Amino acid sequence: MAEPLLVIRKLHATVEGKEILKGIDLTVYPGEVHAIMGPNGSGKSTLAQVLAGHPAFEVTEGQVLFNGQDLLELEPEDRAREGVFLAFQYPIEIPGVTNSSFLRAGVNEVRKHRGEDTLDAYDFNHFVREKSKIVQLDPSLLERSVNEGFSGGEKKRNEIFQMAMLEPRLGILDETDSGLDIDALRIVAGGVNQLRSPERSFVVVTHYQRLLDYIVPDFVHVLYDGRVVKSGQKELALELEDKGYDWIKEMVEPDAKPKDAASLFNQALKA
Amino acid sequence: MSNTFESLAEREYKWGFVTDIEAKTLPKGLNEDIVRQISALKEEPDWMAEWRLKAYRHWVTMSEPTWPNVKYPPIDYQDLIYYSAPVQKKLKQSMDEVDPELLKTFDKLGIPLAEQKRLAGVAVDAIFDSVSVVTTFRKQLADAGVVFCSFSTAVKEYPELVKKYLGSVVPVTDNYFASLNSAVFSDGSFCYVPKGVTCPMELSSYFRINTAKSGQFERTLIIAEEGASVSYLEGCTAPAYDENQLHAAVVELVALDGADIKYSTVQNWYAGDDEGKGGIYNFVTKRGKAHTNARISWTQVETGSAITWKYPSVLLQGDNSIGEFYSVALTTGMQQADTGTKMIHIGKNTRSTIISKGISAKRGQNTYRGQVRVMPKADGARNYTQCDSMLIGDKCGAHTFPYIDVANNTSRVEHEASTSKISEDQLFYCRQRGLSSEDAISMVINGFCRDVFRELPMEFAVEATKLLSVSLEGSVG
Repeated sequence: MAEPLLVIRKLHATVEGKEILKGIDLTVYPGEVHAIMGPNGSGKSTLAQVLAGHPAFEVTEGQVLFNGQDLLELEPEDRAREGVFLAFQYPIEIPGVTNSSFLRAGVNEVRKHRGEDTLDAYDFNHFVREKSKIVQLDPSLLERSVNEGFSGGEKKRNEIFQMAMLEPRLGILDETDSGLDIDALRIVAGGVNQLRSPERSFVVVTHYQRLLDYIVPDFVHVLYDGRVVKSGQKELALELEDKGYDWIKEMVEPDAKPKDAASLFNQALKA
Repeated sequence: MSNTFESLAEREYKWGFVTDIEAKTLPKGLNEDIVRQISALKEEPDWMAEWRLKAYRHWVTMSEPTWPNVKYPPIDYQDLIYYSAPVQKKLKQSMDEVDPELLKTFDKLGIPLAEQKRLAGVAVDAIFDSVSVVTTFRKQLADAGVVFCSFSTAVKEYPELVKKYLGSVVPVTDNYFASLNSAVFSDGSFCYVPKGVTCPMELSSYFRINTAKSGQFERTLIIAEEGASVSYLEGCTAPAYDENQLHAAVVELVALDGADIKYSTVQNWYAGDDEGKGGIYNFVTKRGKAHTNARISWTQVETGSAITWKYPSVLLQGDNSIGEFYSVALTTGMQQADTGTKMIHIGKNTRSTIISKGISAKRGQNTYRGQVRVMPKADGARNYTQCDSMLIGDKCGAHTFPYIDVANNTSRVEHEASTSKISEDQLFYCRQRGLSSEDAISMVINGFCRDVFRELPMEFAVEATKLLSVSLEGSVG
C-alpha cells in the first residue's frame, strides 16, 4: 500500500489556555475521503484550523506528518504551498482586493513552490474559466472584492473554486455545508466530487449526515470532547443521523445522568 | 501573533544617506536681513523682496498654531538655517553642467535626470535643499506652450505671471507656516499651461533635503488657463539625521474656467527612528482655487515625516466646479499626522469628494481633520466624504475631526466613517492560500487603499504600493 498522506498522532491543542483537542489520532491515505463528525464543541473545526496552522491555536503535544514531513513545523503559507487547503467555515472578506488578483497571487506562490512557471494574466484567465465551471461560479464574482457582499452560497462555492485552482494534495472542508440550501449543497458537493482523485485526499468536517449523501466518505470518525471516540464506514454517519449524538455521549460517558426533557429539547433546537 | 512577523526586518529608510557636496549656506536664524539676503542671493527684483518682507513682518506678529492633534517640543526658529544651496555654476543649460554628485544623488533616489535614462513621459524638476538643480524636458514642453521651470527662473522670466498669481490663493497672512514660507522660500516649481492646452506629459518635482539643521521652504505655483489640463506629481525624501528638520512648503493651484489640475504627492520624508528621534516636521499649506467648471484633484500618499500637518484644500469658487481629495496617510513608529482637507463651496452646483484612508501602526497617531463648508449662495452643492481608519496593533491611535458647516439648504453633504483593525483572520486566510505574511499584509493594506491608489498615475501607484509595504514591515506582530 502507498504511504499515508496524513498521519496525526496524539494531537493536543489549546486556545487561550483551554484544551480543545485531547489526543487525536487519524491516518489518511491518498485518495481517501474521511468525514469528521461530532456534536458542537467537540473540536472538529479546531482540528481543521490546527492542521492549516491558525496562529490562535497552540499545539501542546503530538505529531502531524504530511507526506512524510513534520507539518507542525511549517508556517501556514508553507503548508498551503505543500498542498494543504482549508475551505473555511466562514470565508474572510478582504475589501478592495479582487477575488482574481487574490487568487492569482496564491496560485503563483504555490506554483513557484512546485517549480512550475507562474501564470500570466492570459493563462490565469484561461485557467479560471476552466475551473470556475466545476462550481458554476458567476464570473462577475472574480472582479469583486474577496467575499465582500457574497451570499452564503457564493462564499462556499468560491472556497471550492479556490481549492480547484490551488490543486492541493489534501482538502480540508470545514462545515462547508453550513448555511447552504439543497441546490447550493448539490453544486458544492458536485465540485468536490470532481476534484476527487487517487492522489488527492479529503477531510470533511460536518455536523450533519446530509453532506455525506453527496460526498460519500470512505471513513467516518466521531469526535467527542477532543478525541476520536468511534470510527467506521459510511454507515456510521447514517447511524448518527438516526440516533443523534446523545447516543455517542452515553457511550463515552455511561455514568452521565440521563438528560431531562428540557435539555433534550434544547439539543434538538441547536441541531 | 506568529513569530514570522516579529522576525521581519525592521523598516529601513533606504533614502537616508547624505550627499557630500559644497553648499552655500546662510547663518542660522531669521530676521529682515536674512530675508533680504535670500532675495539678493536669488537676484530677485525689488517687488519680490518687498513681498517677502511683508510676509516676514506679518509672521513675527503671529504665533504657532496649537490646535493640531500632535505633540512636539517647541521649535527654535532662530536655530534653523533658512538657506542652503549646492554650489554650482549659473543656471544649467544642459545636463553636462550639473554637478555629477547631484545627478548621482537623484539616480540613487530613483529619479534619473540624465537624458538617456529619464522616465519616459515625465518631466522632472529636481530640487536639492533650497534650489532647483535641473528641470528636464523644458524644451519639449515649451513647444506645447507649457512653462515648467524652477520658481527662481519663473521670477526672472515670467515676472508678470508670478506677480499676478503668487499669494492669490494662499495670501502671505494666511497662517503661521505659510507666512514663514512666504518670507524665506528659496525655490520650488512653477508651471503654466496656457488656454486650451493639455500638458503633453506628466510633470513632477522631486524634493530632497540634504543639509543638516536646514529647513526646506519651497513654493509651488501651478496655473492652468481656461480649458487647460495638467497632471503633476511631487516626491520627497531626506537623509536620516538625529535632529528634526522643518519643511514648510506652500502650494498654490489656479484652475481658470474649465481647467483641470491633478496634483499627486508621494511624501516619504525621513520619519525619525522608532523612538521618535529625528525626522521631518512637514507643515505644509496646499490650496487650489477652482473657477467655473474647473476641477482640482489632490491625491496624497503620506508615509514619511515625524509630524505631518497638511490640509490640501479647494476653494470651489466658480459654478459647477469640482474638488477632490484622495488621501492615504500612514503613521508608524512614533509618527504623528494631522491631515485632511477643506472644501469650501462658494459657487452653485459645486461638487466635492473626500476619500481619506488612515493607517496607524506601532505607536503612530493618525488624525483626519476635514472641513466641508457650504456658503449661502452655493445652491445645489454636494459633498461626499468617506473617512476610513485602519489600526494595526494596539498601541496606535486613529482620530477623526470632521467639521461640517452648511449655510444653504439646497445642498447635500454626506459623511461616512469607519474604523477597522487588520485582523489575524484576514492574514491567516491569505497565508492559507499561499501568500507570505508580508504579502498578506500588503495585500490587505492595498485593498484598503485601493480607492486612493487608483487615482495615482500608474507608475506612482506601483511606487506607493511598495512604499507602504516597506513602511509596514515589522509592524504586525
